[in-house]
Amino acid sequence: MPATDKTNHRKGQPVTDTTNPIRGIEWAGEDHRVAVVEAQGDIDLRRSSRFQEELLALPDEHPREIVLDLSNVPYMDSSGVASLVKLLARLRRDKVPLKLTGLRPRVRSVFEITRLDTIFDIRATVKEALES
Amino acid sequence: MTPPPPPPPPQPVRLTISSTPAHLPVVRAALESFCEVAGLNERESGCVVLAVDEALTNVIRHAYHGQHDKPIEVSLATVSQPSGQQTLEIYLRDWGTQVAPEQIRSRDLSDVRPGGLGVHIIRNCMDEVSYCHVPEGGTCLRLTKRITGKASR
Repeated sequence: MPATDKTNHRKGQPVTDTTNPIRGIEWAGEDHRVAVVEAQGDIDLRRSSRFQEELLALPDEHPREIVLDLSNVPYMDSSGVASLVKLLARLRRDKVPLKLTGLRPRVRSVFEITRLDTIFDIRATVKEALES
Repeated sequence: MTPPPPPPPPQPVRLTISSTPAHLPVVRAALESFCEVAGLNERESGCVVLAVDEALTNVIRHAYHGQHDKPIEVSLATVSQPSGQQTLEIYLRDWGTQVAPEQIRSRDLSDVRPGGLGVHIIRNCMDEVSYCHVPEGGTCLRLTKRITGKASR
């Protein structure tokens, strides 16, 4: 695993339009084919097209599973959720599991309101997702 | 025929923004503060912020077709209803393309696909939602949320 510090980045700093909504990808699992993808910042109309573009490029890396960590995403609107639905559809076709982790209450509520919390595999933490 | 726009409540907070997505977080922050002052709990505030954000996104996309330099007026107020119920009233006014109110509707959520979720979110998060066309052009959206004063769980 790369020696990236995931605990102290950008806290308290505004995320601008130019910040990549995907902070990084780490490869986990014994075969290093589980992509642990960390998203960051608000996902709204400003950033959802970039978010979608980055997400839909993930299957090209041929992961056997994707864990998307949303613990650093304070806010997500329906355009962000729509991007995740597109990714899920693509991964289901390829039989690649997608797990979402670290949903903050406001992000979780968007999934609940749209009833997508029953469609996505949502786990509390990356650790739990990797062990499941 | 759509009903005439209702008069805005007295002493509202008014924000006029441009139709750029860059202004969305500004409105979210202002709305968050307003909800706190109005006495909404954390969960209610989250719902209101989400609903207004979705409504503004629809204005930018559908009324202004993605143009970033058009005006949007946001009015926020608390109102005492005759019943004694306190409500948060939000008006969004644009001067863009008018969409028939009957075309603005939720879709079947059992059909899992991207898109079309914004209207469902707005209707689910708010207690009352009404659209009206303004004769001078554009649309007025009125959103109402009852203030329960109950703490979040």
